[in-house]
Amino acid sequence: MSIRHSLLALLQDQPRYGYQLRVEFEHRTGSTWPLNIGQVYTTLDRLERDGLVSNDGSDGEGHVVYSITAAGKAEVQNWFAAPVERNNPPRNELAIKLALAVTLPGVDVQAIIQAQRVASIRALQDYTKARRDTAANQRAADTAWLLVLDSLIFQTEAEVRWLDLCEARMLQQAQTAGQATPRKTSNGVTVEEAAPLIADNRR
Amino acid sequence: MSVQGPQQVLELAKVSRTFGEGATAVAALREVDLSIRAGEFVAVMGPSGSGKSSLLALAGGLDRPTSGGVFVESTPLGGLELNELARLRRRAVGYVFQDFNLVPTLTAAENVALPLELDGTASRKAQRQALDALCQVGIPELADRFMDQMSGGQQQRVAIARAIVGDRRLILADEPTGALDSTTGHGVMEVLRGRADAGAAVMLVTHEARHAAWADRVVFLRDGRIVDQAAAMHDPAMLLAQAGH
Repeated sequence: MSIRHSLLALLQDQPRYGYQLRVEFEHRTGSTWPLNIGQVYTTLDRLERDGLVSNDGSDGEGHVVYSITAAGKAEVQNWFAAPVERNNPPRNELAIKLALAVTLPGVDVQAIIQAQRVASIRALQDYTKARRDTAANQRAADTAWLLVLDSLIFQTEAEVRWLDLCEARMLQQAQTAGQATPRKTSNGVTVEEAAPLIADNRR
Repeated sequence: MSVQGPQQVLELAKVSRTFGEGATAVAALREVDLSIRAGEFVAVMGPSGSGKSSLLALAGGLDRPTSGGVFVESTPLGGLELNELARLRRRAVGYVFQDFNLVPTLTAAENVALPLELDGTASRKAQRQALDALCQVGIPELADRFMDQMSGGQQQRVAIARAIVGDRRLILADEPTGALDSTTGHGVMEVLRGRADAGAAVMLVTHEARHAAWADRVVFLRDGRIVDQAAAMHDPAMLLAQAGH
């Protein structure tokens, strides 16, 4: 998340002081990413140093007001125009954990997958409930929170689907590699017994 | 015998179902215990072949267990004569199937009213209740349409209206969103959730995590056994913690 660009975008709306920026940011993003007020002031200092905002002095009540410069407006325009940069590839603890688990002897990967599946479904239940409750209220201010919840729902659903795929692929590999010694999965099923599941999962 | 609370709508007690005999016998379900209360929405997930559909068929009295007991509102289904079982199914249990199972020569309203009329409800009253059910699924204007004049999504809504008509206490749904686009699928989940919130016990079989997430409890089946359950926490503070923010 770019605090720098978010604050600039808010200043394009109108001149504001630090605390106003924090409140406005949280309001518009459904309070999903709480901002530390210290972060706001540090960022404003840097934006001023880079010529993207100007310090307009005090508003008479002790607040230092900032406004956006022409260079700042151009920066906001570029930010909105450019797609969000993807970390390449994004760090994903779950993927790293499974990648290590499948390469280490004696690790019950299926148990890891199932534990994660339960946790992910539970999170998905909570997001879905929150989305339902929020949608039922139908307040305009909730639009941002709904968008954030939708994003979380899609991400979590993708995670569950990926776990299903991991499991199916592992069972298939175990079946190919371990024909001689029937291996039990975490659920006490031999790979031979589980084989039809792979075909079903891959449909 | 089973011990049940007053609100228990469905109870499966050590239910096993085996198809075939001897060396070729296949155990679809192995000593499954599962209860669903009034107002509770339970989703059943698991790979194909894990016993999901067998579980649903047993819960609704469409099939009988090899061993164990199935109770609907404290009535042991195993002790019922066939006609008593059929009567209980018509009155208390609503089914939604993936392939709709609608009668093509009847209108939407007639399809929905059918179980009521079979059960002896006067035609006019049955039609009124059918229209009410069609309203609940959002398609009252399609009451007079025949099946070949409706989209897949609309037909599925008719099938759901038929399952909920006349205040069914137990709703059983087998992959009801299978053939539907995501918006229509969302609508189906809203109806099922609404029935649970209104006091029905709902059991949904699905392979879609997105749909299972509408349930209060998700049961994971594998190889005929319940291997895990997940219940929602409904704690907003946890939501953001989980999301890593």
